Parts: sequence; C-alpha cells; structure tokens
Amino acid sequence: MIPVCPTTALPPGEAIRVDADEPIAVFNVDGDFYAIDDTCTHQDASLADGWVDGCAVECPLHASCFDLRTGKVSGPPAKTPVGTHRVVVQDGTIYVQPGTAADGAA
Amino acid sequence: MSPTIAVVGASLAGLSAARALRDQSYDGRIVVIGDEVHAPYDRPPLSKGFLAGTASLEDITLGAPDDAELRLEWRLGTTAVGLDHRSRSVLLHDGSEVRADGVVLATGARARRLPGGKGLDGVHVLRSLDDAIALRVDLATAERLVVIGAGFIGAEVASTARTLGLQVTVVETQPVPLAGPLGPEMGGVCAELHADHGTRLLTGTGVAGLVGTGRVEAVDLTDGTRLPADVVVVGIGATPNTEWLADSGVALGNGVLTDARGATTIPGVVAVGDCAAAWSASHGRHVRIEHWTHALEQPAAAVATLLGTGGPAPTPVPYFWSDQYGARIQFAGSRRDGDVARVVEGSCADRSFLVAYERDGHPVAVLGMNQPRLFTRWRRQLRSAVPATS
Repeated sequence: MIPVCPTTALPPGEAIRVDADEPIAVFNVDGDFYAIDDTCTHQDASLADGWVDGCAVECPLHASCFDLRTGKVSGPPAKTPVGTHRVVVQDGTIYVQPGTAADGAA
Repeated sequence: MSPTIAVVGASLAGLSAARALRDQSYDGRIVVIGDEVHAPYDRPPLSKGFLAGTASLEDITLGAPDDAELRLEWRLGTTAVGLDHRSRSVLLHDGSEVRADGVVLATGARARRLPGGKGLDGVHVLRSLDDAIALRVDLATAERLVVIGAGFIGAEVASTARTLGLQVTVVETQPVPLAGPLGPEMGGVCAELHADHGTRLLTGTGVAGLVGTGRVEAVDLTDGTRLPADVVVVGIGATPNTEWLADSGVALGNGVLTDARGATTIPGVVAVGDCAAAWSASHGRHVRIEHWTHALEQPAAAVATLLGTGGPAPTPVPYFWSDQYGARIQFAGSRRDGDVARVVEGSCADRSFLVAYERDGHPVAVLGMNQPRLFTRWRRQLRSAVPATS
C-alpha cells in the first residue's frame, strides 16, 4: 500500500496525484475517497487536475468524464475506462493499493 | 405504433441529443440523419493530432462500445433538404422523408470560404473529416503554408504544420489575433506564441486575392505583399447550416432561433449545438455558441423540452480550449470589452499563467495557459457564481 496523505490534507472536492508506476489520482467526494488512474485515456492529461462534479471527474483538457466509483467513461471524447484502485483509511491516513480494483468497480 | 424522434445532424450535438433522449427514458424510435457518410467523430483533433497523423480515425470516433443499447436508426450520407411542420416530416435529398413526432435540429455549421474564391487546388477549409484528410495529403508534399485567419482553427493548423516542418505564414485582418474572445492583451500573448515557434504572423492586413491557375501559387495581401504558397488554409469562421429550413416556418436569425431551453418557434421542434441561437437573458439577445462543450451539454435541456419534462433553463459557463504549439489554452466565462484582464498567477513571458477578467471588481471570465489545475478551480468558482434563472 502507498501512503497518500492525512485525510485532513484532502478536503472534499479536492484531488491529489500519487506517484506510482502509473500515477494515481485520489479524490475526496463528500468524505468518501476514490482512486483512479491519473492519466486520461483520451490524451495525456492529469485527472487530478480535473473538475469533480458529484462522483465524476471531468478531464481538465478535453472534458472527458469518468465515474470515480467504477472508472467508466461517462462523457466523450474518451472511450476507454480508467482503472480504479482500492483506498484504505487507517489512523487518519489515506492509502492506495495500486492494481487492486476498488470495491464495486468493474 | 411507437413514437419517432428525428435527430437531424450526426455530430457531437446530434449524438448527445440521442444519448440524452435515452438518458431521459424516451423509449421510442430515434432516427439520426447525417449528411456525412462517417459515423460521429470528434472534430477538435482534426486541426491537431489527426492532422499531424498522430491520431487515427479510430482514435477520434465518438461512438462508445455500449452505444448499441441506444437503438439508433442511422441515416448517414443523407442530407435533409426540408422540414414540413404540418406533418412534422424531415424531407431528404433522395426524395424520401422521415415522419416524426419530435425533431431535433443539429445540423451544425460549415466553414466560411473566401469570398470570390476561384476553386483553386491547394486551398482548404477545415471543418470535416474529409477536409482534414485532404489537407493532410496536401501538407505532406508542401513547403509553404499560408493560413488566412489567426483564430483558433488557423492557429492550430499553423502549429501542426510547424511540427510537420513547413514554413508557415498566418494572415489576420485584425491588429491582434483572438481579440474578440480573449481581449487585445491576451490576444497579444497568443500572437507571441506564433513567433516563439517560427510562424510568421502578419496582422492588420487583409487578403486581396489568390494567385494561380488550376493550383494556388500565392496569396496577395491588401498591403501589396505577395506570399508564395503551396497550400492555403482559410480559417475565417463558420456559418450555421440553416438554409434547408428556409420554408419550414422555423424562425431563423444567425442560426435557428430558440428560447433558453432549446424550443424553436414550431412546437415539437428543438435546436441544439452550432446551428442554434438560443435566447440569452444576460445578453438580451439570441446567442449562437460554437463551443464543443456546448454541443455536448446543451442537448440534454433541449431534449427535456421536447419530452415536456424541462426544468429551469440551464445557465452554463461557456468553456473552450485550444492546443497550440504545445501550449494548453483554456477559457471560461463571458468576456466583453471593458473587462479588466489581471494576471493572478504565473507570467505571460513564461507562457504559463492564469488571467482573471474582472467587471466591477468581480471575475466574469478566466483564461489559463498551461495552468490546467488552477484554471479548473477558477472555472468552478465562476460556475458557482452564476445565479440560476427561472
């Protein structure tokens, strides 16, 4: 597991990029944490820089939308989903488990 | 018999309307009519990755794997030539018609051509996939490109052509490019981007004519300059495709006139995307918006109107982007003359900055260059600052 940051450092509506083999973006949606691949599947852009709207993130460049819970595309031009990663909160710290799909994700 | 809705136009706005119909639980027939033979594709890459050859046709298709669930009846390669509002039928160029209970007008816009253009080879506009393929072929053997118009299309084509190794000259009638959308100061920064990357930008001069017999050889400017050219790209804006509606009874202006929710003057007919000019309370007039995000988002409200389930009119914050010379330019909001542009982060000289446009001390628009994260924050603030209208 990769430590990300204290929960207090990632307020609701915010996102943070985590350097892993493939970068991961971790989001706080009203107190729930979600982790997906950071790189948009459409073109090279960091989804951690994107616009969070409910449980979706919009790519900062070309407005592709992904569901933070499942990684599925919810808006074009992207067509390929992003991977999801399991998030664990322990003793006030957020961790991600790269390569382990989030619960409930495809 | 199940009801039928005809969507006239098979690009982003038409496809978004069809998807919105299913999202909003419409279960009847949907017939999508498109004049191009191609399935819906994404236009922004046509001046960038697709033109450069780094993005394929497959990369830019808009269709998604689960689109089959939409149960759309495609009529591609089929031009709509009329709308009979009494029978609510869409008349097609082959003499057939599609009878429908509801119609979504999404016929988009076409590239404006140079007045008096002589049909010379080597002179291009860039709007469609076929335009982009033809231009790509021509650029492959060309050395000198002249781009007429320093708007977003012109600047992006110039940028792509530089990466392909061409000598590029851009001609702009205005003293500063992009002064309309971005204001003169920031237009000036975009002008410097051209110089940074070896593109020659000539401003404040018009085009007197094209030179050549059969194939273009040069562009004559109003100041007497003659620019030799192997290829010319004309990027001087777009005209809404509404002529086919002239006898339909649908009110037309600079586009199909609609209310704020997409309703035209004919019941059961809505209009979306680049062909539509929607009433804007804040502007006090109809406004036609050609932004990609508008074509993506606005159809949902128009479809709700068509289905009779429309809620309050949406008050979106306009947003567009442009990728030029590796710089990512993003703009949101509504700027007008008199607004004060203030650099709030970074510096123009570094080509990495965020500018807020202020009116009466309040931000009304924001421009970012190579600042996607900060830009997104400002864009979100602008959205939350826009009051909902009933």
